[in-house]
Amino acid sequence: MATPDNEHIVTSYEDELTSLTRAISEMGGMVEVAITNATQALIRVDHELAKQTANGDKRVDDMQRLIDEQAVSMIARRQPMAGDLRHIVSAIHVANDLERIGDIAKNLSRRTLHIDSQRVSKQLYNGVRHMSDLSLQQVKRALDAFTARDSKIAIDVCRRDDEVDSLYISLFREFLTYMMEDPRNITDCTHLLFCAKNLERAGDHATNIAEAAYYLETGGNLYNDIESGKVSLG
Amino acid sequence: MSVDANLAATAAQAPADKAGKLKMSGNGVNVFYGDKQALFDVDLNIYKNQVISLIGPSGCGKSTFLRCLNRMNDTIDVCKVTGKIVLDEQDIYDKNIDVVELRARVGMVFQKPNPFPKSIYENVAYGPRIHGMTRSKDELDDLVTSSLRRAGLWEEVKDRLDQPGTGLSGGQQQRLCIARAIATQPEVLLMDEPCSALDPIATAIIEELIDELRANFTIVIVTHSMQQAARVSQKTAFFHLGKLIEEGPTDQIFTNPINKKTQDYITGRIG
Repeated sequence: MATPDNEHIVTSYEDELTSLTRAISEMGGMVEVAITNATQALIRVDHELAKQTANGDKRVDDMQRLIDEQAVSMIARRQPMAGDLRHIVSAIHVANDLERIGDIAKNLSRRTLHIDSQRVSKQLYNGVRHMSDLSLQQVKRALDAFTARDSKIAIDVCRRDDEVDSLYISLFREFLTYMMEDPRNITDCTHLLFCAKNLERAGDHATNIAEAAYYLETGGNLYNDIESGKVSLG
Repeated sequence: MSVDANLAATAAQAPADKAGKLKMSGNGVNVFYGDKQALFDVDLNIYKNQVISLIGPSGCGKSTFLRCLNRMNDTIDVCKVTGKIVLDEQDIYDKNIDVVELRARVGMVFQKPNPFPKSIYENVAYGPRIHGMTRSKDELDDLVTSSLRRAGLWEEVKDRLDQPGTGLSGGQQQRLCIARAIATQPEVLLMDEPCSALDPIATAIIEELIDELRANFTIVIVTHSMQQAARVSQKTAFFHLGKLIEEGPTDQIFTNPINKKTQDYITGRIG
């Protein structure tokens, strides 16, 4: 597979591509912190941290706008081809998915503000924490796949999405049981259920990022390649 | 998209009855200028009603290959061509081939517009007249008109056909040369950097024209502009140091080339 380890003749072009990757890494870091903090705030019912996290989402949005502008300007000025074109187009996709993960952190935080105290079992909160850890791990690995241009990690991220989905389904059943046991649990359980669903969506965005990483390295569509048997999730 | 899927998509776009028919092919083509070898063992298929771009850095052999296709290299004494080049199953280097007739079937447009120092009308009428393609003045007039129309120049010159072709603008001169090339009704049109001396508007007009001409001709274009190759051609072949490195559907070459040299060249990493 053709990978660009030679430098561009135009060094400023090279610098711009590097800066684009750096911006994605930075944005990825912001989003990881946001999800971690939002989960912490939820579990500890920490309204102050929740507020901070919700307000911090604006920075993530600004970062996405910046990456978009940079990418569009590069397309206009450089007319990128082949690997460079895939680099820029996938950066736009990844920034979009990261922005959505940022929104999920904001939603979790806003929901936390509606919860006064932990009325339901600690175990349910732990389930959500587990969900958050797993999704966050997926996001981190997907970003690694993108920055290292490693399609193997990307395939692995897609493979593990099933784990996130299964965990969500088991949490869903658990919440239902609690709600049936005691109707006073319904409000909190519903909030937590929405949080779990949001985190499951974050996992989906991680697989989108992994797909972009796969496209960046191979030029192929991961799902088409799985369907055609070229790639096996085994 | 995989290479195969791309091929399938390209084939699906072209008209079914015309696509996929081999028009010309080079098999093991070597070219020597004296002791220096300029092309090494090139195999390339050119399909009917398709535009194929030849790209690569200066001196890579793309123009040399183009010139082999209508034996323009014959005019250079020290040049020797080996291997086989076939036009419709006929070896064009066979000794029984009439080179003048070959060049009528495989026309050429050059980098710099080079109209004859004659009137616009005579520029276009010259070829059909020497090939005895028309029987009367009326027929010749019709052919000149239709060639100028197809080259997209008619509206601009219809009132001044008797004026010298050299008095036209660069873009108009190039379209005049295209009209002259298509007047002899060639089957294949070779274009050697046809837009490199033109401004963006004139370039856009020529590119639009190439796309229209594809319905009737097979076109081989040498270009230094990656964007132009990406815009006008269905297939692209990349040459480097006299060798054909990679050829394939244009979409694939410009988004996902297989060979690292191709990737490095089209992204501006090697010159």
